[in-house]
Formats: sequence, structure tokens, C-alpha cells
Amino acid sequence: MSAATLTPQKRGQAVLAARARPLGQLRATGPAGIAAACAIAAATFLAVFGAVLAPYNGNLADLSLAWVGPTGGHLLGFDFQGRDVLSRLLAGARTSMLGPFAVVLMSMTAGTVLAVTSAWRRGLTDSVVSSGLDILFAFPGILLAVLATAVFGPGLTAASIALAIAYMPYVARVLRGAALKERSQPYVAALEVQGAPATVICLRHLVPNMMPLIVAQATIMFGWAMVDLAAISFLGLGVQPPSPNWGVMISENQTGIMQGYPLPALAAGICIVVVVIAFNILGERLFARAEAERA
Amino acid sequence: MLAASLLIASFVIFAAVYLAPGNPISALSGGRSLPASSVALLEQRYHLNDPFFVRYWYWLDGALHGNLGISITLREDVSTLIASRIWTTAGLVLYASLLIVVFGIGLGILSGLRPGLVDTGTLMVTAFSAAIPAFVAAIVLILLFAVRLRWFPALGNGTGFLDNVRHLTLPAVALAVSSLAIVARVTRATVREEAGREHVQTAVSRGIPARQLIRRHVLRNAAIPITTITGITIASLIAVAAVVETAFSLNGLGAYLVQAAESKDLAVVQGISLVLVTAFVMVNLIVDLLYAVLDPRVTLGSRAQ
Repeated sequence: MSAATLTPQKRGQAVLAARARPLGQLRATGPAGIAAACAIAAATFLAVFGAVLAPYNGNLADLSLAWVGPTGGHLLGFDFQGRDVLSRLLAGARTSMLGPFAVVLMSMTAGTVLAVTSAWRRGLTDSVVSSGLDILFAFPGILLAVLATAVFGPGLTAASIALAIAYMPYVARVLRGAALKERSQPYVAALEVQGAPATVICLRHLVPNMMPLIVAQATIMFGWAMVDLAAISFLGLGVQPPSPNWGVMISENQTGIMQGYPLPALAAGICIVVVVIAFNILGERLFARAEAERA
Repeated sequence: MLAASLLIASFVIFAAVYLAPGNPISALSGGRSLPASSVALLEQRYHLNDPFFVRYWYWLDGALHGNLGISITLREDVSTLIASRIWTTAGLVLYASLLIVVFGIGLGILSGLRPGLVDTGTLMVTAFSAAIPAFVAAIVLILLFAVRLRWFPALGNGTGFLDNVRHLTLPAVALAVSSLAIVARVTRATVREEAGREHVQTAVSRGIPARQLIRRHVLRNAAIPITTITGITIASLIAVAAVVETAFSLNGLGAYLVQAAESKDLAVVQGISLVLVTAFVMVNLIVDLLYAVLDPRVTLGSRAQ
């Protein structure tokens, strides 16, 4: 079925069906998309329950066990302070997933509001918002996050807010084009003629119709945010040790790489890579579908 | 537009640091209490009692003349400290850019033109490596090529040009790996799209030799999107270099920025942020200029599609 040949009615039905059945939407992304979604679901589950599932207390240090390799009860061995690596990985899922989630939530909300507002009002609002966002483009995400942690002190909050601001122009640019297209659809004019207020049209009709694209963009962005926030934590400016976090685990166990005990750092690195690949694959598939549906 | 965006960026950098909580006098004195005369002297030297815009003007004026203030922790001129470290970062970013242009675009063109095994392999490898963050690539490269195989040194800058290049090789690969994969994927998609277009089929049927066909009909048209993605990823390396420099203990601007952020050495943070943002904007400007060279339809001053 080629989306380009759909009649407006068929397209409308497809959109409504997709809205009613998000799982059917997911199935259409193919086996790779489903596998990616499963990995994301598992990581989300660990973010919520990882600390409970952890077999040991991940903060309990015992220097006599430092760098000891995998044993029966400790599947991934011990880190540089003799703490159980598996427990720290499980407990660290929370900060590692929560930070990117906050970044995506903030940047998508602000970006969508800006995009829809400037597409709706056009004219002066549009040009002011667009030039403001153009200036934000001059700040790479990591740089803005380092600047924020220098000013407000290290931590996940300052870094997440800074990254959300840095990502906002990318979100707004993609969604503004889509919102402009949606704005010129006949149904919007019909609702306006019936006297529906602009906010109602936007919130109940326009934004829901853009939802496939918004979800796709959010999925891609989660992967970026995960990499950038882990980098900030790796630099020592994000999550502070001894709190478990995948980025922190790589930096604190980096000496093990040189000394021949690479497992603790590598295990944390693998967790990050797997989650990022899953978000990239699912995001790409969702994007392709959203684009095909809109065409 | 360029000057305006740099001016506003400099304002944001200055304002952010201005808003930082904490007393600048106690930061300067390291927490000791000073006699009133010294406080007055410091207030005068750093214009602490002047209004915000006056202080911004002093800072910007200084920055334009190469004076970025004094590092509190190292008691040295920030510009001198930046000048001594900028070449490590510039070398690292240039080295990584070279890898991206040669291998990223090369691999993309190759797999775009030859569907089959090479193409499938490239697609799978790049899907994986696009998701590898620079610091994960760093530890894997150190483990494989420095600890196990001992081909390259793991840490530090080295002395002399050749030794520098040897020391920068692993960091440059770590910095380039995910961008290289992204550039290869976009290049492949663009080349594939251009190669399937009607004017290319016409050219094939007219018997135009393959070399000329690829160069003049496929690559020429694919050049703009390839330049866009390469420019964006290379510009992003400027900030990510901080991560790689820290991982490899390189003595560059980014690693220094991170140290300064940890020790709240705000004059250094301001100075390096300004330098990095300027570099970022410059790379984007160069890409815009390249559009006009690559596509005669683009006139300078308008935006390329």
C-alpha cells in the first residue's frame, strides 16, 4: 500500500485508526522496530524497578574486592571500590533514563508550543520566534550544559534544562513545517468558520494530527539526550558519585581499562549503546511512517 | 546575521555567568576575608559595582582585544591559557573531520552506488556505530589499540608533530565514529536517490561513461545534502571534543573548560565558551559559503535548501 495514492477519506481513516491503536502503529514498524520497542520497554522497566531488583546494595564498597572479576553470586564482578557492578547497573538505570526523559518532555513541550503558535499566528510572531531559535542554534547542547553546570553547580537538573533548551530549536523547526501544512488543511478553515477558538482547534485537532511526527521526533531525541547527558555525567558535571549512573560508571572505572579490568566500564557502555540503538531504530521507523502518512 | 548571532551569544554567555550565585569577592580571595582597601581595589579592577551593561561592555571590549580576564585558579591570563591549548582542540577536530570526509563520504558513495553485500554491510555497521557515544568509543579504543595491541599511546599529547599525530589518532577516531556513520548513511541515501533519477537514466542510455556520469550527474547533485550533513556533524564535534579530551587526558580547550566548570573558574568558562561558540558559528558560515560554490543557483545572502 503506497501512502501517496491514498484518497483524503482513506488517509483520514488511517490516521484515526492509528490514533485508536498505538500498538498497531508499532507493529507496522517491522520486526526491527518491535525489537527496539521491547528493548526500550525493558530499559524503562529497569528505570522504575531496577533499584528493587538489584541483588546487592550497589553503594556498599569493600576495597578488598576491588576489580575482582565475575563470580557465582556476582555476575559482572566488582568495580574499583569493590561494589557489585550488576547492582550498580540496575540501580543506575533510573538516573540514566530519567534525565533524557525530562529533556525530551521539556524540549518537546516547549518546541511544540512554539511551532504551533508561530505557524498559527504567522507574521511577526513567526519571525520573532524563528530568529530567536536561530540564535539558540549557535549553542551546541553539550556546551550549554557545561555552561549551566558551571553557573548553577553540577547536577542532573541544570544539565537537563540546558539540554532541553539546546534541543528546542531542532524540535520547533521540524514541527513548524508540519504545523504550517496542517494549518492550511480545509478542516481547520471549517472549524474556524464554525467559530471554534484557536486554542481548541490547536489542542484538540491540530496537535493530535501531528502526534505521529511528535512521537517520532521525541523518540529520536531521547537517544541524543541519553548520549549527551551520559557525556555530562562522564565529565563529572551531571549525576554525582557515589550515585549509580551509567555515564558515571564509565568515568570512575576508566582506570580499570588501563589496568586490565575493563568489564565494569564496558558493561555500562554497552547499556548506553543498546538503549541508544533501540531509540534510533524505532525513531527512524516512526519517522518514515509519519512522513509517508503525511505525504 | 553572523555578527548579530555572535553578539547575542556573547551576551548570553556573559549574562549566564553574571547570574551565577555566589560572591565574586570571596571567589577571588578563595574565601578569606580581605581588608576593606583590597575589596575596594578588587571591586574597581573587576568593575564589580558598575551596572550590568557597563560590565558587559568592558568584557566584550576586552574580548575583542584578546583580553578575557584572569583565571582565578591558575592566576594567569585566560587568553594565554586558551592560546596554549587551542591547537590540541583544533588538531583533534580537524583530524576527526578529515576522517569523516574521507571515510564517511567515501563509504556512503561506495554503498550508494553498489547495492549488494557492501551496501548491506555498511548499513548494518553504521546503524550500530552511529549509536556509540564518543566516550564509549574512547574506552573501547584504548582497550583494543593501546592496552591490548599497543599500537597507539592511550593518554597525553606527545611532543613533536609526528608524535602529536600518533597521540591524536585514537582520540580523533573516537570523536569521529558516530558522526562518520551518520554522514555515511545520509550520503548513501542521497547518492541512491540521485542515481535513480530520470536524467541519470537518460545519460546512461546515451552511453555516457560511468566515471563522468557519476561525477557530473550524480555527485554534483548530491553535493548539497552531503555538505549539509557533514557541516552539521563537524560543527557538533567542537563541543564533543571536550568529552574526548577528558577521556584521553588531552590538554585541549574542552578538557580545560570542564575543569574550569568544576572549580567555578568563571572567567575561563566565559572565555572558552566564547571561543567554541565562535568556532561553531564559523563552521556553519563556511558551509553556507560552500553552497554557493557547489550550486550556482544559490546566491550568497539567500538560504540554501
